[in-house]
Amino acid sequence: MGVNTIHWFRKGLRLHDNPSLRDSIRGADTLRCIYILDPWFAGSSNVGINRWRFLLHCLEDLDASLRKLNSRLFVIRGQPTDVFPRLFKEWQINRLSYEYDSEPFGKERDAAIQKLANEAAVEVMVQISHTLYDLDKIIELNGGQPPLTYKRFQALINRMDAVELPAETITCEVIKKCATPIGDDHDDKFGVPSLEELGFETEGLTTAVWPGGETEALMRLERHLERKAWVANFERPRMNANSLLASPTGLSPYLRFGCLSCRLFYFKLSDLYRKVKKNSTPPLSLYGQLLWREFFYTTATNNPCFDKMDGNPVCVQIPWDRNPEALAKWAEGRTGFPWIDAIMSQLRQEGWIHHLARHAVACFLTRGDLWISWEEGMKVFEELLLDADWSVNAGSWMWLSCSSFFQQFFHCYCPVGFGRRTDPNGDYIRRYLPILRAYPAKYIYDPWNAPEEVQKAAKCIIGVHYPKPMVNHAEASRINIERMKQIYQQLSCYRGLGLLATVPANPTNGPSGSNVTGVNTGTSQGPGGSSEEQYVQEGTSRTGTQQLLHLISFHVLFTFEETSSITFLKTCFIPRVFKKR
Amino acid sequence: MKRALPMNEQEDGGGTNGGSQQTLKRPCKQRRERDLEENRACWECLPQEILLHIFQYLPLLDRAYASQVCRGWNQAFHMPELWRCFEFELNQPASSYLKATHPDLIKQIIKRHADHLQYVSFKVDSSRESAEAACDILSRLVNCSLKTLGLISTARPSFMELPKSHFISALTVVFVNSKSLSSLKIDDTPVDDPSLKVLVANNSDTLKLLKMSSCPHVSPAGILCVADQCHGLRELALNYHLLSDELLIALSSEKHVHLEHLRIDVVSENPGQQFHTIKKSSWDAMVRHSPKFNLVMYFFLYEEEFGPFFRDEIPVTHLYFGRSVSKDVLGRVGLTCPRLVELVVCANGLRPLDEELIRIAQRCTQLSAIGLGECEVSCSAFVEFVKMCGDRLTQLSIMEEVLVPDHRYGLDDIHWEVSKHLGRVWFPDMMPTW
Repeated sequence: MGVNTIHWFRKGLRLHDNPSLRDSIRGADTLRCIYILDPWFAGSSNVGINRWRFLLHCLEDLDASLRKLNSRLFVIRGQPTDVFPRLFKEWQINRLSYEYDSEPFGKERDAAIQKLANEAAVEVMVQISHTLYDLDKIIELNGGQPPLTYKRFQALINRMDAVELPAETITCEVIKKCATPIGDDHDDKFGVPSLEELGFETEGLTTAVWPGGETEALMRLERHLERKAWVANFERPRMNANSLLASPTGLSPYLRFGCLSCRLFYFKLSDLYRKVKKNSTPPLSLYGQLLWREFFYTTATNNPCFDKMDGNPVCVQIPWDRNPEALAKWAEGRTGFPWIDAIMSQLRQEGWIHHLARHAVACFLTRGDLWISWEEGMKVFEELLLDADWSVNAGSWMWLSCSSFFQQFFHCYCPVGFGRRTDPNGDYIRRYLPILRAYPAKYIYDPWNAPEEVQKAAKCIIGVHYPKPMVNHAEASRINIERMKQIYQQLSCYRGLGLLATVPANPTNGPSGSNVTGVNTGTSQGPGGSSEEQYVQEGTSRTGTQQLLHLISFHVLFTFEETSSITFLKTCFIPRVFKKR
Repeated sequence: MKRALPMNEQEDGGGTNGGSQQTLKRPCKQRRERDLEENRACWECLPQEILLHIFQYLPLLDRAYASQVCRGWNQAFHMPELWRCFEFELNQPASSYLKATHPDLIKQIIKRHADHLQYVSFKVDSSRESAEAACDILSRLVNCSLKTLGLISTARPSFMELPKSHFISALTVVFVNSKSLSSLKIDDTPVDDPSLKVLVANNSDTLKLLKMSSCPHVSPAGILCVADQCHGLRELALNYHLLSDELLIALSSEKHVHLEHLRIDVVSENPGQQFHTIKKSSWDAMVRHSPKFNLVMYFFLYEEEFGPFFRDEIPVTHLYFGRSVSKDVLGRVGLTCPRLVELVVCANGLRPLDEELIRIAQRCTQLSAIGLGECEVSCSAFVEFVKMCGDRLTQLSIMEEVLVPDHRYGLDDIHWEVSKHLGRVWFPDMMPTW
């Protein structure tokens, strides 16, 4: 009996650096690469047209690449737990491979499939290639808990073994004699569907600004590296008006879908750096984008409640407002603040916005102006944003709303000022909000302040052709900073006057709350220096999550901020709610 | 849970039906006698004071379940000492994610423990119903003498949506009946001058803390009345429009105790709003009278509205700029705020604040906390700043984008330099780059 194998594509939609696929092929007689379209899989029900289109592009690209290897992609509709038993039988499968999925739902789904595979005597081959590291090892290194600050995460990364090299690309040489049985009706039964077939209205749909697929991803990688080499500067580029627009070297959606291997990107960046900077060691900041992604994957992997506030041990319980009307205005770009509306408009049209634009709209929705829960914003991004996967999206929203990760909340992005400072001329607004095109730069960020003549001349009366601002920003931000302060004072049991000290101190510190003492000034190696080690070891006694839990579980009454001398009832603990069971 | 809520128990205690009470008694007595014989500690002998002490450590829900164990524990559960303070959380499911205090619990508290309450706060969400419910409870607190009352909005200020008279009449119930109010927190409420007069008439001897930021119906005369009569006032929070020279003089009068904290919110309703000035002599009087007092100021102004501010020396200790503030104003801060302890700048813009920061390091010798948001500072100037402040900087919260690399320092080594001068490991605040 020969070896008949299935490789199950979920993310990792590529043939380069695909170790589970490579392992699967070794010694196999037949190979079938499948993609299961599971519309009921958690999260995918809330997917907009741009995301579907990107995915379909990826699948088409995979199919085209597989054709060159005398193989094809098999797209199968249904739920994995229904699909697999059928396939195991029909195709006489005895081997199954897939890329490791670190997300809680992924792990649960894969555990169920593993069970089915065991029952059908199917060998399962899993390899890690969606993240740089084995996330469980990072967690182990941190005493069994995921790191709760990015700094701590970086310190742990420094202590990990080197990133594994990308696996060799699947070529004809790799496949050798492994064949794929392709029927004449393959396109009908297993072909990649079109947007129309999935039920989308495609009339008037503009060309994708972000075309999906591995081929496109690899091309972009080359362009991205070329640009970096040409600039010979690996610093984070200064933000300017141009940065807001979609870049032909942007890589985040390709990393999310796995069209581009993060490890390939990592090694290419390292090689380029060494070449340009004459063999010096690359700093961690070079891999910023990749490490943030890794950080959120690590924090999320063991936390199925990561995308909620309720029941999420790393999330501060903030009394957000429920306001569907206000939420809709934000989601649909009708807030009356051109900066916010233009960003949401670009997001809806193209599926990508610059990370500072994300900060602006996230702040506006949550702690800045509307005081609406980050969970709502996360759902909107999930629908519209190409590079938002579960862990990164939820983690980023918690970060941006100051709901976790010990973030300072004092800096509030002004929906007028921030935009104006980024793009003083207002071209971005004119591009994505054509109704305001004729406004002069002076008033384009706050058109409600424009005198009547100006509004008339621009043929756009505020309140008629474009909404009035939905909040008074000064008032809203004043109220909200106070709310955040109330919450954090309760959380940290802080009794002082300062605003900065209300955010609980670095969780790696000991119970005394003082910072790590002593910096070894002898070594000056930068991030890899010895005081980082000290920094890491300190925390293993009282880890981040535990400390946060400890703080949350005590709810002290009366944290009127300036009551340091007039304290009440230090010993009286009252729970937040009396829950009816 | 099939067990009935503790709040539905019978008057004679226990959650079980009456019929089984007889059968419970005998085994208890036998057990107790046996325990006494064997010199074992028995639960029933636990003095109530100890039980009370233990119960104080339990969250309310656990205490409630404990109260169902036996009559003794039920009595302990209802002892006045356990009902001195309570926080009513009033939320509507349609407008909040958080659960509200159970209505049955509220009923029980009002029925059995209203007289025991001394420290009470109301947390309301943004719905009007929640604010109304709070007022409803307030107006029933007729027989309790509250020491502390807090009306806290956790989202939009819903107390402001109530009809003013409705709110005032509920609040005055407490003012009139308590007569020993020490702390009062009524920010974002429609409290007015006459109700403040009632407050003063009944509580002038005991009032120590009054927080009433953003109470638009109060006038400077209204707050002046409070300052004149309540000589024990130690902490005050209000908006700038209520601040006057007379108020500061009143707070510095001989009869007045030392003021500890004064918080002022300077908020602009519309761009181009004009603000009055406070004489330097008034501030000087305050400092002379209360040398250790803390002045906390929150500014939410448009850039062009800072004209009247930071012209003369002002004893501010904690300064927060909630909107963009110009380089010029930050320069003036360095010159006029010698007592500055904490400075937080939400945004400034794209011109480096090098000189301004250095000046602040030089002149504000008490500075121990600084936070910079959307600003720019060159790395060299920043290192200079940290060097000058040294390890008195306990809070240094700088967004990563603030630091502009120059010929001496890049982003990768700046944190090392800064850590050296601070004497601890330091990194700038980061935001995810997705």
